Amino acid sequence: MKILIQGGRVLDPANGIDQVQDVLINDGLIEAVGTHLKAEGAQIYDAAGQIVAPGFVDIHVHLRDPGYEYKEDIASGTRAAARGGFTSVACMPNSNPINDNKSVTCYIRKRAAEAGFANVFPVGSITKGLKGDCLSEMGDLKDAGCIGFSDDGHPVSSPELMRRALEYAKTFDVPIITHAEELELVGNGVMNEGDVSTQLGLQGIPWVAEDSATARDIMLAEFTGGRLHVAHVSTAGSVELIRQAKARGVRVTAEAAPHHFTLTDEAVRGYDTNAKMNPPLRLQSDVEAVIAGLADGALDAIATDHAPHHIDEKNVEFAIALNGIVGLETSLPLTLRLVEQGRLSLMRAVELLSAGPCKALGIPRGTLSPGQVADLVIFDPTIEWTVTEERLVSKSKNTPFMGWTMKGAALRTYLAGNLVLPA
Amino acid sequence: MSDESTTLLDATGVGRALTRISHEILEKNKGTQDLVLVGIRTGGDHLSRDIFNRIRDFEGVELPVGAIDITMYRDDLGIRSAPQMHSTEIPFSLDGKNVILVDDVLYTGRTIRAALDALMDLGRPRSIQLAVLIDRGHRELPIRADYVGRNVPTSISENVEVEFDSDGTALQIRLIKPRS
Amino acid sequence: MDFTQKHILGIDHLSVAEIDLILNTAANFKEINNRDIKKVPTLRGKTIINLFFEASTRTRTSFEIAGKRLSADTINISASASSVVKGETLEDTAMNLEAMHPDIIVMRHSASGAPHYLAKRLPRSSIINAGDGTHEHPSQALLDMMTIREHKGRLDGLKVAIVGDITHSRVVRSNLIGLTRMGADVRVAGPGTMIPPGIERLGATVCRSLNEALEGADVVMMLRIQLERQGKSLLPTLREYSRFFGLNPSNLALAKPDALVMHPGPMNRGVEISTSVADGPQSVILDQVENGVAVRMALLYLVGGANNDESTIQSSQSKGVTA
Repeated sequence: MKILIQGGRVLDPANGIDQVQDVLINDGLIEAVGTHLKAEGAQIYDAAGQIVAPGFVDIHVHLRDPGYEYKEDIASGTRAAARGGFTSVACMPNSNPINDNKSVTCYIRKRAAEAGFANVFPVGSITKGLKGDCLSEMGDLKDAGCIGFSDDGHPVSSPELMRRALEYAKTFDVPIITHAEELELVGNGVMNEGDVSTQLGLQGIPWVAEDSATARDIMLAEFTGGRLHVAHVSTAGSVELIRQAKARGVRVTAEAAPHHFTLTDEAVRGYDTNAKMNPPLRLQSDVEAVIAGLADGALDAIATDHAPHHIDEKNVEFAIALNGIVGLETSLPLTLRLVEQGRLSLMRAVELLSAGPCKALGIPRGTLSPGQVADLVIFDPTIEWTVTEERLVSKSKNTPFMGWTMKGAALRTYLAGNLVLPA
Repeated sequence: MSDESTTLLDATGVGRALTRISHEILEKNKGTQDLVLVGIRTGGDHLSRDIFNRIRDFEGVELPVGAIDITMYRDDLGIRSAPQMHSTEIPFSLDGKNVILVDDVLYTGRTIRAALDALMDLGRPRSIQLAVLIDRGHRELPIRADYVGRNVPTSISENVEVEFDSDGTALQIRLIKPRS
Repeated sequence: MDFTQKHILGIDHLSVAEIDLILNTAANFKEINNRDIKKVPTLRGKTIINLFFEASTRTRTSFEIAGKRLSADTINISASASSVVKGETLEDTAMNLEAMHPDIIVMRHSASGAPHYLAKRLPRSSIINAGDGTHEHPSQALLDMMTIREHKGRLDGLKVAIVGDITHSRVVRSNLIGLTRMGADVRVAGPGTMIPPGIERLGATVCRSLNEALEGADVVMMLRIQLERQGKSLLPTLREYSRFFGLNPSNLALAKPDALVMHPGPMNRGVEISTSVADGPQSVILDQVENGVAVRMALLYLVGGANNDESTIQSSQSKGVTA
């Protein structure tokens, strides 16, 4: 079946394309991108005034399935992804059971295929059971479909083990995704350490907890020659460490989350548990550095760290509330804010949501090159909408952006040529 | 909306009334033996001072004088925002004393009820007598004054205001009629 | 002025005028505590629940006595006896209590912000924070301010030194906010592990040594020191702490001759404060405890003596209720 998307502004950062063109999809693949394309019997979609881009890719989500389906499951999470313009997500291994063996990987892929809303690329655990003890069977997991390895949420404390993980992953050319945090320095911290934590009387997490771990892992990547991807960078120091490492040729990539370039620790005032996440919301200077890093290439991707939690897990005292927020449905408009503020070009914004993350984790998506799988998003950056519980399709509604007016929304997503949104 | 006011008593009139009340107190109690003055804040405390002065001038005796705040004993707490509290200063024992309780305006009687309770918590007086400058009627409790400066018939919508100078001397008493 | 706060969650929410009103009201209540009959009918028929999720003898007793002297019915619920051990959430515990129609819930909790959390969720009860985590302890700061004002006649312009574990002290935060708001000049001192970042933003001057903090001080407030915090040691030994941050007659001499010595209790005699200073002529530590009852009476009165139901207020005004 052929689909012709006509007259949209095509943005394909990987190929440097930014002009009004047509996109022809044939049999689930991109057949051509160009002007005045003709196709006999093709379904026509008039995309005039809209933006056509590679389907967005979120390389850091928690789908909570298997094990925590009351928070989210693979179907609801990928539906939320499609709603946000994402056609691919990489899901972290902290399900129950943990994705440290290929049966879990296969389960995830099977459920994702059945749901059919988005591709799911599982991330396996670095260590068995996320225990930081012994390495998972990375080769086996890669064969089953894992695209990278991470002990997200449970930083690998042992430098020796991290060294071996980087070395071992090199064997299979897969990246190690580090949740860079020195747990000893995190202690009982529940928010960024600074003026606000002092005023609220909440235990702080200092920036050095993140930066020291980022520095260690960069050095270990440099030493081993392994591939390192730094997850959810939140501090100015870590951005700079990554920038410097890239400059001297270390194989490191990195991502930042929309909340870390949108909010500061001021959002915690009032003890809003939806402003509790890990890494925590930092200072305005950190926000500025993250945005600068996204703009200049120190950071490669925007990834949401979509972390659904049940209301009962958030509607508690701040100190015991679980970390994290949902992000898939608010990522695009929050990214577009940076474009509107003149901090990012629209091209760079799209790159950070597509080609950038794909390159970081080696996901074979993120471009509109002919012959590629036809994962596309069509979005309108001017549509305004309000974040409400009713509008979010994720099972969980834990977001500090509740009630915000957002600008920009996905109108359609195609997954291998199939229209997923609107469903 | 401006209110209409008429003067019920001027400073001279207040003085005459307090002089008479002071004499009546001495007469009824046959002197100053075991007599103490307690004024209700705010207003009655100024008047009790005044009566203290007059009795000192007539008799050469300085009666013990105290002030009581009845806020803690009010019956309308919780109906409106917590009223401002003033201090209670009764630096002498009330046990066995004849207490002259002094207030400026006697109206519903609720303030006096509160003051009686407050006094009882502080000791066991032999008697409590009530002296007021104005009795404007409309009692809601079975309370009457022993000494009255002036009885003034009023309507409930009206207000009686006692104006004091900074030394606590009553300058005038006005009846305020709201103009509707 | 009318006191319009429904809850007392922290000093941070109180204006200078409101703090003044609380302190003045407390001064008036203090007289009751010296009577033979230490009870007034002010809060007759009101129910006060002391909901303590953390052990406390002094504060709980003080609130209980305050409530009883105002004729309120006070009920104490301590963490060990509460439903917390059964895994009930804070909200459920509070909602269940609310269903029994208390008027005021006095609450202590180990989590900073816990009373703020409940204040947002309980539709009826007023909440008085009796200490939340390492955040605020408003009634303590108010009794401290009352004690200082009683002895010094003012707060404005006084130099107050607060010494100890500044990071983990809710007493410090409330005092710092309150005292600076009332015009005092607050300095803090303590070991580096116990000085939180950005404490200057709350109005404190950070001193490098105890002596620097004591120099010319009108008030010296010593904090209880604990060797272990969250299972981690922030100090080598209490002996060393005492040597560098303990108050004794010789370093107290650096403060003004009439400087007040305060401590929120319970004291570690011989650690943060020497016995001779704690029991000395400058100590007002027991005045603090005495004033605590009066301040808590004032808070209960101002919060509980008000009715926050708008319709009732209006109807009473139309009836022209006066004293």
